[in-house]
Amino acid sequence: MIQHIIARLRQGHRTLAFPQRQPELPDRYPGRPEINPALCADCETRGACVAACPVGAITLADPQSGGLSLDLGRCLFCTQCAAACPRGAIRFTGDYRLAASRREALVLRGQPLELARPLPPERLALFRNSLKLRQVSAGGCNACELDTNVLGTLVFDLGRFGIQFVASPRHADGVLVTGPVSQNMRLGLEKTWAAAPSPRVAIAVGACAISGGPYAGHSEASDGCAGLVPVDLFVPGCAPHPWTILDGLLRLLGRGETG
Amino acid sequence: MRNAQAIPIRSIPLLPAEEFCVEVLEAVLHEARLSALFCAPVDGELRLFAILAEDRLGVLHALSAPAGQAYPSLTPDCPQAHLFEREIWETWGVTPLGHPWLKPVRFPARDPLGREVLGPEIGQARFMEALGEGGHEVAVGPVHAGIIEPGHFRFLCHGEDVLHLEISLGYQHRGIERALTGGPDPRFLQYMQTLAGDTTIGHATAACQNLEALSGCDVPAGALVFRAIALELERLANHAGDLGALAMDVGFLPTSSFLGRIRGDFLNMTAKLCGSRFGRGLVKPGGTGFDLGQPRAEAVRAHLAQVFPQCMEAVELLWSTPSVVSRFERTGSVSRVDALALGLVGVAARACDVEIDVRQDFPVGAFAFSHIPVAVSQTGDVAARAFVRHMELLHSEKFLTEHLTHLPACANTCGFQAGVGNLAPNSLAVSLVEGWRGEICHVALTDATGRFAAYKVVDPSFHNWAGLAMALRNQQISDFPICNKSFSLSYCGHDL
Ligand code: SF4
Repeated sequence: MIQHIIARLRQGHRTLAFPQRQPELPDRYPGRPEINPALCADCETRGACVAACPVGAITLADPQSGGLSLDLGRCLFCTQCAAACPRGAIRFTGDYRLAASRREALVLRGQPLELARPLPPERLALFRNSLKLRQVSAGGCNACELDTNVLGTLVFDLGRFGIQFVASPRHADGVLVTGPVSQNMRLGLEKTWAAAPSPRVAIAVGACAISGGPYAGHSEASDGCAGLVPVDLFVPGCAPHPWTILDGLLRLLGRGETG
Repeated sequence: MRNAQAIPIRSIPLLPAEEFCVEVLEAVLHEARLSALFCAPVDGELRLFAILAEDRLGVLHALSAPAGQAYPSLTPDCPQAHLFEREIWETWGVTPLGHPWLKPVRFPARDPLGREVLGPEIGQARFMEALGEGGHEVAVGPVHAGIIEPGHFRFLCHGEDVLHLEISLGYQHRGIERALTGGPDPRFLQYMQTLAGDTTIGHATAACQNLEALSGCDVPAGALVFRAIALELERLANHAGDLGALAMDVGFLPTSSFLGRIRGDFLNMTAKLCGSRFGRGLVKPGGTGFDLGQPRAEAVRAHLAQVFPQCMEAVELLWSTPSVVSRFERTGSVSRVDALALGLVGVAARACDVEIDVRQDFPVGAFAFSHIPVAVSQTGDVAARAFVRHMELLHSEKFLTEHLTHLPACANTCGFQAGVGNLAPNSLAVSLVEGWRGEICHVALTDATGRFAAYKVVDPSFHNWAGLAMALRNQQISDFPICNKSFSLSYCGHDL
């Protein structure tokens, strides 16, 4: 017993006072891309960014802006587009805050990213201090699941925010979906969602759950969960950093800057 | 052939199916292992391929036969073929005659050529049943009670005792092998990095070795060392995480919470190297996506030197706590004979005193000139699997410290151009990597234009799920969590 206590003391206190204190991310972490369509005018390698992108996240004739756009919902953060751009029109800022409430907000056209807003008042009042989620893993690579699971460890200590993952959809206030929703998991997700009592929330974590990710367009999957559940929170990334997920969850509960 | 080597397809023996089977059985009888068995089209005709690994000699053999409609099943004499043959039957409709139980594997909608496969609905199979008085079944999944991948498990029980565990997967099937056919396309590396997200480095390395073999590209020593460093960091993170999870499942919270955090530290070291906790973008065809300068290596080494003693302290607490040890010992035992028969790989095999490790037996890259001892244990139970991980943590740390201190000063890439068509045509390449779970096997076949006629992936989990089913026999259902964690297998790597 005594050695357990000694070990406990030596291991120390590890939880970060998030969000009052901000995490430090590694220098090579790409984070939020920022684009500047104005720099694209008569580009000498026009289309190189589009060709560099493995998942078609970049368009050069965006219907709204007429120029460059980057869809964070599809992006895998491989940074190949930035490497291909001779003008620096695509730049990765290292900012880990990426979650949004609207799918459309994830399409960057040079405007600042509109981060997630709190839930509508009725649901916010219910879930602000206690949110129980059921996680549904549906056809991804397990990286998003792992970095969601990690929120339970000492560093993040998800429980202190009243957010918890529960074992049954009947006990849940909503579902958190990862993966592109394989055809083989479609029914599983539908049944889980149906079993969660209303009012409820739906959260899509990772490029797969938002757009199909690397499996976008595969007939074996569904290009994400948005066609199956009404998503309240989109957390981009492949896989999103745990801080990105936590930041998104707190914003959804209106506690983004204060905890 | 050797690991990570390409050979012309015409140099592969093409035997009549019966002879093919005899050859495979003979080889397995003489200590070869079935690394892969699959169907692939060659010149419009479907062929059976077997990749046999002779661990003692470090050589690989490829054999082939026309697939036809049916061939004599290998499984009755060679149980390690059982899942491969079910896969062949399910995907291609080629029947292994005499296979004891042809159940679906991943319930695909299409085969690798994109043609529709008419199979049952997901989860619908003729499972083994527990009948008679006192016999009952407990079914769980696909959605589980935690943040875990989906899969369906059926415990066939008599009272409290599990007679057998039926494992039915396929829920993570997303058609990667189909999408790879005709490639490599721009998503190639993304597919490889997400075959099993926790094995990004292992699978990406296996894939790049194949491309490099097929294009005759020499990777600079600096990149080889960088890849090996990333591979061992991946092992540290996952082994630490698994030991923590084992502690959690026996209710020993100190180790579980320490190791949960320490696993994150190891992941952050990988993130220090490439920006991603899972190592995305680190391994690239021809080398690595980043360079590893001495200051960065030194930063990681210092972080490791600080964290590793804490990791060991947390692990050692397990062994000095009698209640933990008594839960681990004699739980979920697999005999050496069964491990060999089922063709288990990696930690699961080494825990049963099967001394195989790709880093030792088929060394390529940095492992060709820097050896890592193989950790084995004898008892084949949860304790043995935990102990092997413990030893491997120590070995990997030593390797890392050494290589982070002495980096070769040279380029990190050979300037590989991953365009389609510059791969050797009509060739086959096999690439093995010892991922943290065990042997990863990738087989690439190119057609006359240098595109993939087939790309076969065998995740270590594909071999090892049957080991878990075996471990559960005559255990209690309540032992399932620790047995499961002690194998720590991938669903997505199996389902592809
Ligand atoms: S970083 Fe995102 S947008 Fe850029 S090429 Fe990669 S996936 Fe495409």
